[in-house]
Formats: sequence, C-alpha cells, structure tokens
Amino acid sequence: MTSVAIIDYGMGNLRSVAKAIERVAPDLDVEITADPARVAAAGRVVFPGQGAMPDCMRELDRRGLRPAVLDAAAAKPFLGICIGLQMLFGHSDEGDVPCLGIFAGEVARFGADMTGADGARLKVPHMGWNEVWRRRPHPLWEGIPDGERFYFVHSYHVRPAAALVAAETDYGERFTSAVERTNIFAIQFHPEKSAQAGLRLLSNFIHWAP
Amino acid sequence: MLAKRIIPCLDVNAGRVVKGTNFVDLRDAGDPVEIARRYDEQGADEVTFLDITASSDARDIILHVVEQVAGQVFIPLTVGGGVRTVADVRRLLNAGADKVSINTAAVDNPEIVREASGKVGSQCIVVAIDAKASAPGKWEVFTHGGRKGAGLDAIAWARRVEALGAGEILLTSMDRDGTRSGFDIALTRAVADAVHIPVIASGGVGTLEHLADGVSAGRADAVLAASIFHFGQHTVREAKELMRARGIEVRL
Repeated sequence: MTSVAIIDYGMGNLRSVAKAIERVAPDLDVEITADPARVAAAGRVVFPGQGAMPDCMRELDRRGLRPAVLDAAAAKPFLGICIGLQMLFGHSDEGDVPCLGIFAGEVARFGADMTGADGARLKVPHMGWNEVWRRRPHPLWEGIPDGERFYFVHSYHVRPAAALVAAETDYGERFTSAVERTNIFAIQFHPEKSAQAGLRLLSNFIHWAP
Repeated sequence: MLAKRIIPCLDVNAGRVVKGTNFVDLRDAGDPVEIARRYDEQGADEVTFLDITASSDARDIILHVVEQVAGQVFIPLTVGGGVRTVADVRRLLNAGADKVSINTAAVDNPEIVREASGKVGSQCIVVAIDAKASAPGKWEVFTHGGRKGAGLDAIAWARRVEALGAGEILLTSMDRDGTRSGFDIALTRAVADAVHIPVIASGGVGTLEHLADGVSAGRADAVLAASIFHFGQHTVREAKELMRARGIEVRL
C-alpha cells in the first residue's frame, strides 16, 4: 500500500497520530519524518502539530520543510490537524505571523468574554469534546454521524471563505472546524484523540482517492 | 455545545494501579493499560494517571506505562506526580502523554509553569492544586500529597498559575479526597469562577450524583474520580446517563 508521511517539524509528539493510523491501517507504512525527500515520496501526507504559531512557522522553515508541505498540499491526499490546519492560512493573530498562505484568511483567537447558551462563561482554550456539523458531503465523513463529537484543544480558529468550509462547531461563536478543497482536508480537532469517530475519520483518509 | 468531561483517574505505583484513602492504605487495582482501555470503551472523555511511585529506581516505569497506553487508547491522557522539571514534562509528552500536571514543583518554583507552557504550549500544562479549608470561604494550598501547607490562598494561586500559562487546573479538595462524601462544591465554584481556563473538580466522589453536582453546582468543566469507577461500582456510561438526565451536556 502507499505510505503515509507524518511531517515532523519538531513541535509536539506525533506518535499518537502515527499509532492511530497504524491501528486503522496495520499494513500501511507510516513514517514520522522531517526529511523533505521522504515527504515527497509518500503517497499521503499528514500535517499535524501543536504549540505556538510563531514557533511552528520558524521550526518548519528551519528544517527546510516549507516547499515539501506546499508541494504535498498541491498534489496528494493531505490531512491537516489542529495547527496543521491553521498553518495553511494567510496569517495568524497568534504572534502576528504570516503562515503558508495556501488558503486566504486569518487565524483568530476566541473572544475573552464569551458566554454559552446557559449564560456560563466559556473557557479558553476550547478544550474537550464538541459537535462537528458538516456543511457538505465529503468522503472523510463516511460512517460518521453528522454532529458527532470530536476532541478539541485550541485557543485560535481559522476564518476561511465560505467555499472552503467543510464543517462548523459552536463555541461562543460558530467557527470553522474543518476545511476542504480538492486533495486537502484539514481539521481543527484531533482525530487521534477522538476515540472511534476519530479512528474512522483517519481510516477514511487512508482510503480517500481525491 | 462543548460536553462536560468525565475523567477516571488512576493512581499508579511502580507500574500498577492502586487505590487508597487519603494517600494511605493502598490496594492493588490492576494493570493500567487494561483499565485505561476499559474506560475508553465505557466512554471516558480522558484518562489521568497520577504516578505515586516513591522509589527513585522505579520512576521511569511510568514512561513505559504511558507509551503502552498511548499506543492503544485513543483519548487524551494526562500524567502527573513527581514532575519537577521541564525535562520531566518533555519526557512524559514524548512518551505519549497529551497533558502533564505539575503540583509541588509549581509551588516551589512558579516559573516552571511559565517555562513549560512557553516550551510545549499551555494546552499541555495542567497545574494540580490540592486545597484544604482554612476558614469559611478560604482554602490553603497543600503539597507533598496533602502533608505540607504552602501558605498560599487557593483562589489567588489559581489566578496566578493561569497568568503564568497553565492551560487547565486540576483542583483536589484534600478534606474530601477518599471520603466519598462529594466534592467541596464551594471550593470548586470559587476556583471555577476565578479563572478563564478549564477547571477539573476532584476529591470526594462517592456517588454518580456527586459528579453531576460538581458540574452543575460547582461549575467545573470536567470531573475526575477514581474509586467509584475502579471497583466496578459504576461505569462511566452510567455517570453520563445520569448527568444527561440532569440536563448536563455529555458525550454519549
């Protein structure tokens, strides 16, 4: 089977992502790599990450991985996760830094004084299991009920053009929790930490032929 | 809407899950990997390991436990106990923990919270606060498993660790821990209202109603319990069903 490259730019532990993919695709060659050549050679690419945006962009460039990410995002099944979603956009308010610019739009912080439907103050980071409501059909949702809960942990979220929005989630405001365009699918939540629903999404990605 | 979380907690001693009362009288409760997997199947929203291994020779066993669990259980995993340095934090995260909780080390040197959250991100840093009532409406922070008073006000300390970069607070009432008489609701509410980061209520759960009370009356974002789940008294699913019946948003 084709191999999966998980891009390692030194921010955070990627083993959980690798283990989750190995669980749903035991025969697949799954590799955590910082080598642009290995990313280029892979059939599918996962772009994860955690930490502060300025560090993520700096570390990506320090390892010379930017061209490999741009090439993969232009050509092969590409899954962005959390910061790996946010980095695809034009600019982040976190540290006021330019990002990869594959998609137009800002990465913005949640408001400081948001309240929920019951009037209770909403905490930031948005941490825990929230509902993901899809805005259009997509092969990566297969077998997953609309409104399923996935695990989130983030303080910033993307603001894309409506044409990119694959799913939305409510937290004080309605924010974009998934985007998609041709060979790219990118999500704010963590499928590798979202139990059965997350494993199903990863399995769908492995079988996706955009 | 964001669901309130239920987090089973496993006290781990030299690689085995144990349960005692007020940190003494430890009983063996099984294999951490097996128990974590069972909780995942029951619908636990996260799992927390508290490493209570005293012997320094056996300290690295927790890393192997974390590696095994993280490879098999695909929900968030928090690990705490004996975390002294940023290097300790990194080791646990690299072994597969999603969050690391810091307790005594944060009291001894609050800068570790700033340094660790700056290096690995706030979302990975939980500060555990053990508090005991000192006067009506007042609680003091304790360390060393509840044996040593830190001379800090729990509410002020919670605000301080938030400012230093903690992503979450694990709040344990030392008066209630092991008593099965319910959370200290006044403490939980006071801390949950004082900070903008999520608060996990802990210490004293004896019934499923106690879990619901922690969220509804205590305003906690998540509730943590150990013994109520360990010995088969209740499942996580039962807890969620009761919470849902009381109008609390849960993942079921």
